[in-house]
Amino acid sequence: MLKRLKKYSDLGYSLIAIILAFAIGALLIYLSGLNVGKAYSALFNGAFGSLFNFTQTLMNTIPLIFTGLAVAIGFKSGLFNIGGEGQMYLGAFVTAITAIYLSFLPSIILIPLVLLAGGLAGSAWSFIPGYLKTRTGAHEVVTTIMMNYIGILATSFLLLRYFQETGPIPQTVFIPESARLPELIEFSRLTWAIFIAVFVVILCDIFYKRTNLGYKIQTVGKNSSAAEYAGISSDKMMVLSMMISGFMAGLAGATIVMGVLHRFITNFSPGYGFTGIAVAVLGRNKPVGVLFAALLFGALQTGGITMQLFAKIPMDLMVVIQGLVILFVATPVLIKKLLRK
Amino acid sequence: MNIIEFKGITKTFGSLTANSNIDLQIKKGEIHCLLGENGAGKTTLVNILFGLYNQDKGEIFIAGKPCDINTPHKAIELGLGMIHQHFMLVDRLTTTENIIAGEEPMKNGFVDMTRAKKQVRKISDEYHLSVEPDAIVENISVGEQQRVEILKVLYRKAKILIFDEPTAVLTPQEVASLFKILNKLKAGGKTIIFITHKLEETMKISDRVTVLRKGKVIDTVNTSNTSPKELAKMMVGREVLLRVEKEKKKSGETVLEIRNVSLYGKHKRPLLQNINISVNQGEIVGIAGVAGNGQLELEETIAGLRKIQAGQILLNGEDITGKQTKERRGKGLSHIPSDRLKRGLVPSSDLAKNIILGNHNAFSKKGFLQRDKIKKYSKNIIEKFDIRCRSLQDNVDQLSGGNQQKLVIGRELSTNPVFILAAQPTRGVDVGAIEFIHQNLLEIRKKNKAVLLISAELEELMSLADRILVIYEGRIVSEKKKYTREELGLLMAGEKLG
Repeated sequence: MLKRLKKYSDLGYSLIAIILAFAIGALLIYLSGLNVGKAYSALFNGAFGSLFNFTQTLMNTIPLIFTGLAVAIGFKSGLFNIGGEGQMYLGAFVTAITAIYLSFLPSIILIPLVLLAGGLAGSAWSFIPGYLKTRTGAHEVVTTIMMNYIGILATSFLLLRYFQETGPIPQTVFIPESARLPELIEFSRLTWAIFIAVFVVILCDIFYKRTNLGYKIQTVGKNSSAAEYAGISSDKMMVLSMMISGFMAGLAGATIVMGVLHRFITNFSPGYGFTGIAVAVLGRNKPVGVLFAALLFGALQTGGITMQLFAKIPMDLMVVIQGLVILFVATPVLIKKLLRK
Repeated sequence: MNIIEFKGITKTFGSLTANSNIDLQIKKGEIHCLLGENGAGKTTLVNILFGLYNQDKGEIFIAGKPCDINTPHKAIELGLGMIHQHFMLVDRLTTTENIIAGEEPMKNGFVDMTRAKKQVRKISDEYHLSVEPDAIVENISVGEQQRVEILKVLYRKAKILIFDEPTAVLTPQEVASLFKILNKLKAGGKTIIFITHKLEETMKISDRVTVLRKGKVIDTVNTSNTSPKELAKMMVGREVLLRVEKEKKKSGETVLEIRNVSLYGKHKRPLLQNINISVNQGEIVGIAGVAGNGQLELEETIAGLRKIQAGQILLNGEDITGKQTKERRGKGLSHIPSDRLKRGLVPSSDLAKNIILGNHNAFSKKGFLQRDKIKKYSKNIIEKFDIRCRSLQDNVDQLSGGNQQKLVIGRELSTNPVFILAAQPTRGVDVGAIEFIHQNLLEIRKKNKAVLLISAELEELMSLADRILVIYEGRIVSEKKKYTREELGLLMAGEKLG
């Protein structure tokens, strides 16, 4: 089994990491005096047990695909974009505002336009740390974290000051019907966004495998000195890569507003931007890897709720399992040691 | 008397046999060279001796007793000491702190630095290993760092010292002083195992030589009974031209012209001062100098990787001073960089991606890479330049150093350049590959291209270059067609010719 897995080593290690994480999770449940079988079957049923449950899993998966891609794309050029959360808020905010103010446009123009606006808002926000990195050497990890606070609070401020719906709740009015993504199944809140997400994954995959620009960006990420030597401007590529990364985070916000919330609400995110980091790590920074990693994390989130309800196990266990998965993925040596015994 | 005896040592890594049934005896008090090309199994063998790897088969006898050495700790107990190619020092600590780390003399629960310094002083006096005891390691020269490594080993009372390619990082002067130290150690009764792939060094320093090839012992000979030519043949397995023949040729028009170029570093420190160089068609111009005298800066300046403060650079009469690397390449500049892993290659990318590096735009159509064209082109270069690999999908870091360098050279010579900037083109590659690289450089000269050869290898410069310029502290101090070895040595050390 080990030999087989070695062949597909990345995939193999990720799978082993997941299995080990669940095993330790089981141990924790057992030690708390609860029923492991009941817990995990509730988790599985919650995530995949019925068509409705599965739609909820997919719904939770969509933003994670985008934020996971955002982190993975940053990594391709050697940058660690932790600012996905802030970029997503910007994306969501600008999406809602454009949709409300351009409501006179027909759906067929409005939907792509609003999506684009959301993505570009994310790009604009990620451009700043990219530019600062190349011009002043400011480390992107520090600046993107700072930009998260600014982004989340600035959108909040703008909302409260100028765009809040009359009433006590800090939210905009609903965006027009014409700017909403159509639901696939009634009342599921699962929309066409899932196809957009898969489409973007495929685009990214092609971009990095087949295009000259993708080649140049990856060369910078792998060895920026060699890129300079080859006449590739690493500054340009890094800023560009940050902007593509931010675009993805912006799309996460846009699809949530257009498909799920239908308005901008402060503090709407349970940390999609940060979970995106875990998704990218588990997906090994590959677009297709990100897709499946996002699905797993989406399932954990959805199934976790059912588990809490029926097996009386707190949602926090899901966070523990997520953490363990990442721990194992990040330390292949640990897995090697465990398997040798 | 044999102090170490290897009997039937075999070690495999996956499908690769690094050592195959090795029998080898080291005599007490000798300097014994392990000579072989990269990947011949020299380092694997000493790593087994030092307990860093465990052999699959075979036994090691130390002073006649079979020893099971499975950790470096055990090896040190047995009186072995290893000076690694990449130093194992803590940069921020002082030399004394580095030497005693792990074996500190204690007094009342504190490190007794006075006693430590005294002990270190005693050893360094005995073997002429001059080291400043309070200097911070990151501030001292490479040669001095190596002496700290040697002291570290002697401080742990080693009787057998293993040197893994110790001269790779040293200047010629530092090599000379290392050899003095080695002889002093030998006189003091120490046994020395010296790993190298350089023939000259082997001839100069060793008492006996064991040649390894593809994991096997070819032969052990007395140094006094052999010649560089014979050793080279054993190493490579065929006759090797140690010096390539160069045909006479008239040089043509000026291709590269460097006029009064100056470059300053931090705090206005001059790195290059008033440099003038011209390279003509069909000519190889050599730049000789001890590493660190401005060669890297000159290389990067010509390639467009550094901005100069004064002067002009012309390529085919056109001013390229303000042009970016990309534009310079477009005008026919090819560049074999001195640091192939840092500059010349993307080690974690595959062969094909590395083969188009710098020329990638020529393989792009409407923004997409033309995969079939790239594949065909890469295969052609791999074949033409004899790059040994399993497939185009291999990552470059899986290739040996010599094959990596062949890839860089193949790539840079295949773009139909007008000017080739070749910096240290044979650094760290083995005899067979050196011969191949030299032939290719002469081939390109024959095609009337201009070559600027920056090298630290005197032999290479003297056999390839039509003219040699000597660089010292960022200045060109001399230019002539022919020099003797001695003249070059003096000029490189900053002396004047009498």
